[in-house]
Amino acid sequence: MDSPPTVDWRREIHPILRAANVRQVAYVPDAGHIRLIEACHADPSMRAIVLTNEAEGMGVLAGAWLGGQKGVMLMQSSGVGNCINALSLMQICRFPFLALVTMRGEWGEFNGWQVPMGQNTEAALKGAGVIVQRCDHPEDVAPTIDAALALAFDSEVAVAVLLSQRLIGRKKF
Amino acid sequence: MSLDRREAVRRLLADRGNMLVVSGLGSPTYDVAAAGDDDRNFYLWGAMGSAAPIGLGLAIAQPERRVLVITGDGELLMGLGGLASIAAQRPTNLVIVVLDNERYGETGMQKSHTAHGTDLAAVAQGCGFSRAATVHDESELDRTIRDIRAGEGPMLVAIKVTAGEAGRVLPSRDGVEIKNRFRRAIGV
Repeated sequence: MDSPPTVDWRREIHPILRAANVRQVAYVPDAGHIRLIEACHADPSMRAIVLTNEAEGMGVLAGAWLGGQKGVMLMQSSGVGNCINALSLMQICRFPFLALVTMRGEWGEFNGWQVPMGQNTEAALKGAGVIVQRCDHPEDVAPTIDAALALAFDSEVAVAVLLSQRLIGRKKF
Repeated sequence: MSLDRREAVRRLLADRGNMLVVSGLGSPTYDVAAAGDDDRNFYLWGAMGSAAPIGLGLAIAQPERRVLVITGDGELLMGLGGLASIAAQRPTNLVIVVLDNERYGETGMQKSHTAHGTDLAAVAQGCGFSRAATVHDESELDRTIRDIRAGEGPMLVAIKVTAGEAGRVLPSRDGVEIKNRFRRAIGV
């Protein structure tokens, strides 16, 4: 059993995005992002954009940046495979890009169908030119996302922060 | 009935005002370049399926400007779900023009799904676009062009164009330059 988290990392992400002046939040829903998605929808300074497929997110965030706004992407590891060709847009044009990826298929996963993509998420992202950073502990989340925002938008590179399944907690059925 | 793609795009972009343009890879990028290079054009050379979503992010970020996505049937079909995502956001300043030759023009003119009956305007309508239309001839284009420039979006207009190679007019392929000059041109 995991010990209860000492930091409520789920509530820490939205204020960090807000402080960084993130205006568009594109997402394919994931249970690990529930509170963040709700907070983004409730924030009048942000536009929360539900997607049918993660690949749309690269386009939306590229368009946001062309128009002068910062955006981030929320998704689950299963969706990373959907992004690979679209990520070429971020790399070839050097669009700043930050994805917050909740992990499946790694820590106590009960559904084997999540494992192939989960186990290849980091390699797939790196192969597509994305810098990958990982959070395994609640106290890592806020500083990692804060630093990843700076890396993505100041250095104009693509970054993914993986929120590990151990951090999120085993999915219970 | 169908239209000449170059002439149709030239008409769409004549007197464009402060319109921002995103072009889908392949012929639409050449068509937009042929109408006259402009810093406010964002030309795609890849990332197939991304033109409409780029238009969405841009339209949200620049609500005071008209955003015109000019793409092909094959490019749009690759990201068809994006139409649902656009409709959900209701960007009133976004127009998607599909130059529909019913072919995959870059890869040997294979028939696309629109040649087999897919009606892109009906798809957009079904997703909840404010307006969706198919244009087959000059008079229909005449009637639609004012809407494309000033009507309430999100709007999709499929323009049936003649399948055939127009000469290639190649804009810059330097993605960083295309991005940076676009941002400079609109002052962000």
